[in-house]
Amino acid sequence: MTELLVKNACVIDPLRGINAEMMDIAIRDGKIVEEVSDAAEVIDARGMLTMPGGVDSHTHICGTKVNFGRYMSPEDMRAGRTPRRGPLHATSGYSVPTTYGNSYRYSVMGYTTLLEGAMAPLEARHTHEEFIYTPLQDTMANTLFDGNWAIMEAIRDGDIKRVAAIIAWTLRAVKGFAVKLTNPGGTEAWQWGKNVSCIRDPVPYFEVTPAEIIRSIVEANELLGLPHSVHLHANNLGTPGNYTCTLGSLGLIPDLNEKRQTLYATHVQFHAYGGSGWKDFCSKSEPIARFVSMRPQIVMDMGQVMFGRTTTMTADGPMEFNLYRLHHEKWSNHDVELETGSGIIPVIYRRKNLVNSIMWAIGLELALLTKSPWQCLLTTDNPNGAPFVKYPEIVALLMSKKYRDAEFATIHPDTEARVPLPAIEREMDWYEIAVMTRAGQAKALGLQDLGKGHLAPGADADVAIYPLHIDEVDPSAEYQKVIDAFSRTEYTIKRGRVVARRGECLVDGSNATFWVRPKVSENYDMGKDPDFIEKFDRYYTVRMRNYPVQEEYLNRNRCIETEARI
Amino acid sequence: MIVKDAVCPFCGCLCDDIEVEVEDDRVVAVANACELGMTKFMGERRMKNPILRDGDRWKDITYDEAIRYAADALLSAERPLLYGWSGTHGEAQCVGVHMAELIHGVIDNTSSVCHGPSILAIQEVGHPGCTLGVVKNRADLVIYWGSNPIDAHPRHLSRYTRYAEGFFLENAFRDRKVIVVDIRKTETANIADEFVQIKPGGDYAVLSALRAIVQGKTDTIPRTVAGVTREQLIRVANLCKAAKFGAVYFGLGLTMTQGKYKNIRNAIELVSELSRHTKFTISAMRGHYNVYGSNEVNTWMTGYPFGIDYSRGIAFYNPGETTAVDILARKACDAALVVGSDPAAHFPRKCLEHLADIPVVQLDPYPNATTAFCNVQIPVAVTGVDAEGTAYRMDGVPIRTRKVLSTDYPSDREVLARMYALMQEALER
Repeated sequence: MTELLVKNACVIDPLRGINAEMMDIAIRDGKIVEEVSDAAEVIDARGMLTMPGGVDSHTHICGTKVNFGRYMSPEDMRAGRTPRRGPLHATSGYSVPTTYGNSYRYSVMGYTTLLEGAMAPLEARHTHEEFIYTPLQDTMANTLFDGNWAIMEAIRDGDIKRVAAIIAWTLRAVKGFAVKLTNPGGTEAWQWGKNVSCIRDPVPYFEVTPAEIIRSIVEANELLGLPHSVHLHANNLGTPGNYTCTLGSLGLIPDLNEKRQTLYATHVQFHAYGGSGWKDFCSKSEPIARFVSMRPQIVMDMGQVMFGRTTTMTADGPMEFNLYRLHHEKWSNHDVELETGSGIIPVIYRRKNLVNSIMWAIGLELALLTKSPWQCLLTTDNPNGAPFVKYPEIVALLMSKKYRDAEFATIHPDTEARVPLPAIEREMDWYEIAVMTRAGQAKALGLQDLGKGHLAPGADADVAIYPLHIDEVDPSAEYQKVIDAFSRTEYTIKRGRVVARRGECLVDGSNATFWVRPKVSENYDMGKDPDFIEKFDRYYTVRMRNYPVQEEYLNRNRCIETEARI
Repeated sequence: MIVKDAVCPFCGCLCDDIEVEVEDDRVVAVANACELGMTKFMGERRMKNPILRDGDRWKDITYDEAIRYAADALLSAERPLLYGWSGTHGEAQCVGVHMAELIHGVIDNTSSVCHGPSILAIQEVGHPGCTLGVVKNRADLVIYWGSNPIDAHPRHLSRYTRYAEGFFLENAFRDRKVIVVDIRKTETANIADEFVQIKPGGDYAVLSALRAIVQGKTDTIPRTVAGVTREQLIRVANLCKAAKFGAVYFGLGLTMTQGKYKNIRNAIELVSELSRHTKFTISAMRGHYNVYGSNEVNTWMTGYPFGIDYSRGIAFYNPGETTAVDILARKACDAALVVGSDPAAHFPRKCLEHLADIPVVQLDPYPNATTAFCNVQIPVAVTGVDAEGTAYRMDGVPIRTRKVLSTDYPSDREVLARMYALMQEALER
């Protein structure tokens, strides 16, 4: 039995409605408990800001495309490297760090739970292998279903239960956590070098539309009782005028779940563009934020862009090709049979570039214009908008109008006419930041009942203590102090153990992998469905028996069983 | 007993539909595999126990002694080289990386003498590729360039291209065109619809000519380019542009000839150019069954696919300096661990001269050319036969190899983990 007592913590714990109360946090064997014995080790937080460990509900850290981002970018690897030190391994990389690099840097910022944003089922084993080497965070993976042949056929046949059954079989096989749609239908069209322009375009051959894919899979997701909602990267990412497509996609979504949203729309900054081309490109954050604020069934994340060099990577292959034709940098693409695809290119977001400046403003606007912080979470779609190490700056920008104005003065001068940002006065408070970086993310992922995102007894003892006294710092004026504090915890506690202290990771760890296993009736077990098996055998190049990810690939196995209604 | 869906640990095709018949802990029959794969499964005359060089004789030693010897030799080296890795499972490769990091060594895999140039090209211009099943189901044009799958990847044609069924092809054999580009008429050229014979060293020029034609600059093309007629070049370019889905597979005939990584860069840029007209992909015909896995493992753990030098604590990558051939030729390393490869069969003489001068430990089930240079050889289980573990197919699809029989041999991972533990212990003291 190991016990730890964090004394004198200034706790913000939004899922329990706790806002800056001085309290002690008792921890036993990796869990939060009511109290501990006198023998417990004591940490005196001395009134410092203390929150549940950070949760990133959309980041790209592990798997085929992330690793290809590293593979093709030795220049990025050279841009951030540390030697082996004590229990810590060497790290490389800036925008796409090695797995240890990701894990240590997130830990130093107080993050303890990460969701990999896109895993191709066929290559799931790779994602899980990298999870094993991401030791200081619990991990889980969005699983891609945007171009799944069997699902598109079932949708064409109008059989939602079969859609659900295929999702259930696949999630169980690949140890996935949630359902991800990336440019639904577009990734299949891209395997012919084509794309879909928005939600009403039929997918070649399969003759279903993105709208039908989104609607059917949203319904199927709820039939399976999954903890997380469908996680959507909408069609038409990154193109001027795409906000109408985004509104159209969001408008498809009914309110089907009492506990959480029915749709998680990711990196919405990239989907909130006005204009008919790059010349009149402008922000459409206002209609999007207004629309989302009126619909509790939708949660989004920012996908904030920050200036500097980064690497873009997504399952959205056609989008990356378009980006390549704009940037003429190196371009990688990787289509995955019967399922999905991916693309990667490096980019630099420049302050002096008007489009980039507008993108920067849009992400902040979405957060500031959406009334409830529970509906707009803080992300950069790491590393697409910026590497996650920029999060502290984003926190500070959201909390300080003065900081925003100071930054605004340095960007392209024409930005002002294209965005509402300068007129927005809102400054977020500590509580709202806690929602946007952990509580809201845990709730949106459906992790709160699994002990994430809060500090109630029974929760996982994942705690972040930031070296900051909120009654002594005015975030509106002293934004540098906010950046410094959120960049480096005083303590990061993972599963009841101090894993990072003042910018240094202290131990090697072992993470837990969360995955779901929906229990379906015999009739809906795709493993016994003759048509499913026959097509699998004929068109995949991997045998069906060799496809499932074995339990050897799960460090600490957190299987979540759900009761499916099929 | 028959083991179904076994995974063949020979080439980068990583065929996973093999049926292996086992009797009394011996493989007695293999179905579905090519001849290369069958030989690998049936492999006999394994080394029985670890051996230590004793003057001009071999002495039998225990695993404990062998592992201790290896740990000591590598620990006392100033610049140890950890080489090979393509013929073992990913879990062993991971231990190898940690070991290199711990002892400040250099870790390199066989890519540095096969598709290293392809990786350098990808690092310059990227890689538009796809999984093999995408090609199987869609491609109506396949180009083999400087590769001869009938000899080197025998089932590539039947599983993924020429003879494979394809969802979007009514009659795959008839509807799919195959072009072979090579300097000689290979076996594969015999089954092609079009054979382009290039004069040795002419690949770069031919690729440039094709790019020019695709860009509409046909009038700049001379009557012949490296022995290929203008007419044929135009025909090939038109076939590419007319295809609904084209796939290029290139081999060492392109990476290891004059021009090296520039050839690959040119080929990738041709494919990027064609992607503006139709769908096109390009992929390397990777050799060892898990050479791609060694690139993947190295990349997520160190940031680089091969040739990583930890001598200054950080991961440092500079192919040509931190790659095995260069280090050996410069006599820069003073001990070597060889795992899952046979450098003595492939490396230049100068490198082998140095290998003969330094302590060398090899993990390999069989005696091979490198055995002659070893101080200690440790026989291990064969991944995919009597050990399981992860391998990455040439297209990046990871598959867990199966264990088809049980033996007492430890796996590479087990042996390496024990070595690593000894090293950690010694360094903590």
